[in-house]
Parts: sequence; C-alpha cells; structure tokens
Amino acid sequence: MTNASQGQVVVLAGGLSAERDVSIRSGRRVADALRVVGVDVTVLDVDANLLGSLGEEKPACVVPLLHGAPGEDGAIRDVLAALGLPFVGSGPAACRRAFDKPIASSLVEAAGVAVPPSMALPHATFRELGAGAVLDAVVARLGLPLMVKPARGGSSLGASVVRTSADLPAAMVAAYAYAEIALVESFVRGTEVAVSVVEDADGPRALPTVEVVPDGGFYDYGARYTAGATEFFVPARLPDDVLSACAAAAVTVHRTLGLRDWSRSDLIVDAEGAPWFLEVNVAPGMTETSTYPQAVAAAGLDLGAVTASLVERAVARG
Amino acid sequence: MEPTQQAGTGTRLDPWVDAYAARTRGLTASQVRALFAVASRPEVVSLAGGMPFVSALPLDAIADTVARLIRDRGAVALQYGSGQGDVRLREQILEVMAPVGVTAHPDDIVVTAGSQMALDLVVRVFCDPGDVVIVEAPTYVTALGVFSSYQCEVVHVPMDEEGLRPDALREAIAATRAAGKRVKLVYTIPSFHNPAGVCQGPQRRTEVLEVVTSAGLLLLEDDPYGLLGFDGTVPRAIRADESEGVIYLGTFSKTIAAGLRVGWAVAPHGVREKLVLANETATLCPSNLTQLTISDYLATQPWFDQVKVFREVYRERRDALLGSLDALMPAGTTWTVPAGGFYSWVTLPEGLDATAMLPRAVAALVAYVPGTGFFADGQGRQSLRLSYCYPEPERIREGVRRLAGVIEAELEVVGTFGSPTARAERPSASAPYTDLA
Repeated sequence: MTNASQGQVVVLAGGLSAERDVSIRSGRRVADALRVVGVDVTVLDVDANLLGSLGEEKPACVVPLLHGAPGEDGAIRDVLAALGLPFVGSGPAACRRAFDKPIASSLVEAAGVAVPPSMALPHATFRELGAGAVLDAVVARLGLPLMVKPARGGSSLGASVVRTSADLPAAMVAAYAYAEIALVESFVRGTEVAVSVVEDADGPRALPTVEVVPDGGFYDYGARYTAGATEFFVPARLPDDVLSACAAAAVTVHRTLGLRDWSRSDLIVDAEGAPWFLEVNVAPGMTETSTYPQAVAAAGLDLGAVTASLVERAVARG
Repeated sequence: MEPTQQAGTGTRLDPWVDAYAARTRGLTASQVRALFAVASRPEVVSLAGGMPFVSALPLDAIADTVARLIRDRGAVALQYGSGQGDVRLREQILEVMAPVGVTAHPDDIVVTAGSQMALDLVVRVFCDPGDVVIVEAPTYVTALGVFSSYQCEVVHVPMDEEGLRPDALREAIAATRAAGKRVKLVYTIPSFHNPAGVCQGPQRRTEVLEVVTSAGLLLLEDDPYGLLGFDGTVPRAIRADESEGVIYLGTFSKTIAAGLRVGWAVAPHGVREKLVLANETATLCPSNLTQLTISDYLATQPWFDQVKVFREVYRERRDALLGSLDALMPAGTTWTVPAGGFYSWVTLPEGLDATAMLPRAVAALVAYVPGTGFFADGQGRQSLRLSYCYPEPERIREGVRRLAGVIEAELEVVGTFGSPTARAERPSASAPYTDLA
C-alpha cells in the first residue's frame, strides 16, 4: 500500500470535447485505481457546476483526465491554478506547447528528436492562395503518402492517411471539421510505438515501450477503443538499443516541453531503428485499451499507486 | 507486481477476441458514437435522438396507477406472466389499433418488450444468415442493427415523397432473386417514416401490398407513429386490408411512454405461435408490471385525448423546425415536410458529407444523426436526420440556427477544395447508432 495523500482527490473527466467518452472512461478507471490504494476520490465533469463543486469539496488535489481542449490545452489548468488547487500533470504553458502539434514538433526537433517533415496550414491559406496550387506545393514538398490531422486534437479524430493526391482534399476537409489548422506530415513507415513517461523524485523516466499493431493498419479511433482490434506488444519487438532510443526520445520530449508528472509520446520507429516523434499527450488515455496503463503494468507498477504518488507530488508543490 | 507480458508476445486486451461470433464483426467503437456522448450535454441542442416528450404525460396519474397496482395486485404485477402477454392488454390493443383499421383476435397478438423486440423476434424466426431483407432507402437505424445481428443482407429500395416506390420494389425483388438470393421479408414504415418523415398514401399502400403479395413475400409493417398525424388523419394500416401476408408491429412508446417498453406484433397464427416461443426464449415473458400499468392507463385515462395532446406538442415542434429551416438553411439544402411523427430528412448542398460535418456541428453545440446510419450500404452521406420531438420549440430554432452556421462553414471549407471525388482512408464501418432510435 502506497502512501496516499491526505484529503480528497477530485478526478476531472468528461468535458465537451469530441473525446468526452474516452475521458469519462479514463477518469473512471483512474478513480477506481486510486480508491483501491485508499484514496478518497470524487469524479466531476467539467460544466457550470464544477467551480461550485470544487469550492464545496475543497479537494487536496485535482487529477485532470480531460482529453482534447480545454483539458489538454492548458485552459482548465489555468483555472485550477487560479483557484489555488494543486493538480497532477503539466502546467498550463507546457500544455499549450504540447497540445499544439506544430509547436511541439518544432521544439522537439530543435532538441534533437527526429520529426516528420510537415506543414501546418490554416484553412484560410487555401482560400486565399487557391487550394489547387497549395495542395500541389504540399505534395511537392512532402511527397506521398501523407498523414493529415487536426493540429490540435487526439484519439486520431479527423486524421487520415493520404496515399494519392486525389484523396488530399477530402482529408483536409475532415481535419478542418475538428480544428482551424491542419497538420500535413510526410508519412513515416515503420513500427508504431507509445512511450509513457512518469516522474518521481529522480525526474522523468520512461516506462516500457508499447508497440501498437492495429488490425486495419491505421491506429484510428475504432482501433484505439475497440478491445481486440489492435495487438499490443510490451515491450515492443525492437532491439534493446532501439528501445533505449525510444525511451530517451520520450524523456527528451517530456523535458523539452516542460511537461510534468506524466506524459505519453507517440513515435514511429523507421527501418533504421530511428524514432520519429508524432505527438505527445499530457493527459494520457487510461481506458481499458489505452497504452499508458499497459506500460505501467509492464513495469511491475500499479496504476493507483503511480497516480497516488503523483498526487503527493502535486500536493507537495502546493 | 511482476511484469504482465513476456517479451515478444502480443495481447489484444480481450481474451475472447477469437471467440466472438462472426455477426459481431461490425461492433466497433466509432468516432460518430463518440460525438454523441457530447450531444447529451445540456449545452448541446440535440436534434439527434428520437426521444418522445414524456413530460406531456399525466405523470401524477401514472404514479397513482403504479402505486395502486403494486399495492393491490403486487403479487401479480411483480410475478412472471404469460409469454404471449397479458390477455386483457391484448384485448385493449385491439381498441388501440381500431383507428388504423387493424382488426384481429387477441390471440393474434404477441406482446413484447417494445416493438423493437417484436422486430427482433420476427427476424429471428424467419431469417437465416444470408437471407435478404428488402427495406426502404433510408430505413430505421435499429432495424438495420437487427438485420445485421442475424446476418441478413439488406437491399435498399428508393422512396419518393410518398414513401416506398412500388416499381422500384418490384425491380429489387426480381433482381435479388435473379442473383440467386432468397428474399425473406419486406420491411416498411409506411406512416410518418423514421427517418424520412414521408407517409404512404392509400393508393401507394395498395400498390406496395400488391407487389409484395404477388411475389409471395411477407410484409413487415412497423407502425410506431400512425396515430401521430398532425391534422388528425390516421393512415389506414396495410395490415387492415391483409391479414395473412402482413405482420404488423405496434408500440406504446410514442403514444404512452417509451420507458415502459411495451409493444406488440399482430401475426398470422402459425407465425404467432413461433413468435410466442421465441419471446419466451428471449425474455420468458414481457414485464407484467409495465403491461398492467398500460392496461390500467388505457382503462382509466382518456388515452386518445392524450394522443391528441402529443399531436399538438409535436406539431408545434415540427412547425418550429420547418419555419427555421425555411428561414435559415443555405441554398441547396432540401428537407422533407413531415405530416406527423418525429423526423425530417435533410439533404445537404452538393459536396457536403453529413458524417464529416458532424464534429464541426458538435463543436458548434448542435447534434443530428448522419444519414449513413440509416443505410446498410454506405449511402446517405449527403443527408442527415433532424428530430424535433424532444427539445422545446425555442431550442429547436436555436439548434437550426447553429446548424445553418455549421453548413455555411462547411460549404466554405468544401468550396475551397472543390467537391471531393475520392475519400481518404477512413475507419471501417461500425455498428449502427442504436441509442438514437
């Protein structure tokens, strides 16, 4: 039994984003895990009643498990900080850096982690310059195939693999349904992995790398959240030196972006064994099919105990 | 704690992944279902779900009924009952069906847990894997779920402003048989169609029946909205003119309360016997408590006056929807004008995809059901269903205002790129949105 924090913990889950359903499941699982290790937990949704509830509950700590904006873009954490409530996870500014994929990629690349060539394009660019010319320039610069995704978002919502130029307009439209800016990346072929990071007194460390092999070839929403639709290998079926490189890359991402407590980096390992950064998540999914809990278990740890230790760190930070 | 997995061995996180029946293959998490989790929030004007406006019911009277039922007849109400349903209720169902012209014997009726269960039992009794069910284009979403669960093939037949087209139906039957496939059922929602909102006129019903019977087929007539015509006209059921070749499905979900889960099937005696046995296998018996509640309600309350109250409630809401659609929808948008029921079927301007547009709509705090949910074959991308039964009229108007903005924004984005002629890789087809029936 770990040393659970004194006082009540509030887990925030739900919200109004397209990932609400995932967040509710993540929140329920973490809340259950915390209760098993003796933590007093209440789960609250983000709505007009939240601030009143927090005022009544006066929790010792908040664990935001909201996926998508405003859970991961720093907004809710700004509010928690303004209320003087300790919370688990990255601070608001770090969230803003991480949630914006183009910004995160540029910072991570400057820190020495490989990043696929990409372009971040608001819809207005196509309207002003002419879609055909811009799309031609995109393909000329980045080649095919491409990965198109909303610049802000998660769970592969709005993301598409584009194999021909003819497919590109529809993929852009799909991405713009979720965000104002679309990120278009050169598609990196390789092994898809998720590397979870947790912090303790010695700093951030990577947990075992999880290899993701979706049945349909694309780790889309269905593959992520349908049990049985994806096969996972923990640790990933990669040589030790490559696994070390993945771990190092994830820790570099965590440090470079100034993240805190926990994060999950999604990488592609190419045929030469080089990890390429795709995106990082400051509120990793904790559902029954998510990779973070698998990594925790593979490390011989308990999700409740890990989360409780992060709660204690947050409380100590004040 | 020991690490959970040996290096090199994979896990699918579901130890039964190789044991599921083939019919479950389409049951996957989907982006669309995820978006509907947001639609339940009060900030969102949901024009998606077909939830009846039960607040219009005399709830105090129903509370008294239930209390009295348990107090005075609790030993019966809380006990197992007949697999065919309460005999007194079956007699009363004959009175309920009188306006639509259906005459039968109480023994011809099988009471089920909603007409959804009746639909399930009919398909269970008739359809082998690979059998074809012919349906309208579009059709009721949860019927598709039933057909899929029994591994039926679905063939859609076009409708026009008066519903199912007899000429197209005749061609579909012939073409399906010519392909060596076995047609088992023709499924129709003739009155105030879900999702299309259209209604078959008397002549159309006669023609549809003629096509089906001349082909030697059974017609499955689903009639949840027949009493909810706004001008007070009650369309005559197809079953009213043909008893051996039609199975009629009715329900109290829209005329009393969906939560009571009481519906029924009227079937020829040989079919009915099998339905009773299937009903017993599925649920042992329909709920005595809710059957007796409805029976008491029918006996003691002016139930048909309540239907008229519902008509007015839904007419007002329909008018709010249509008025705001008229005023606000961008050019190129069309919609059906329902004379009853709960729904209007909207067709978006050329080039728009209602499924692709849904995230933008939910972000704008309005929800609808994309048209593809009402087809088994991928049709319907340019369409969506709007439901006006539940929100207050002012909320409906606000919802349409938001939707108009979403369509305008989507038009701008799509217009920037031209009409897409190809699709990027998309997730594979997933289960229908059964919680939005």
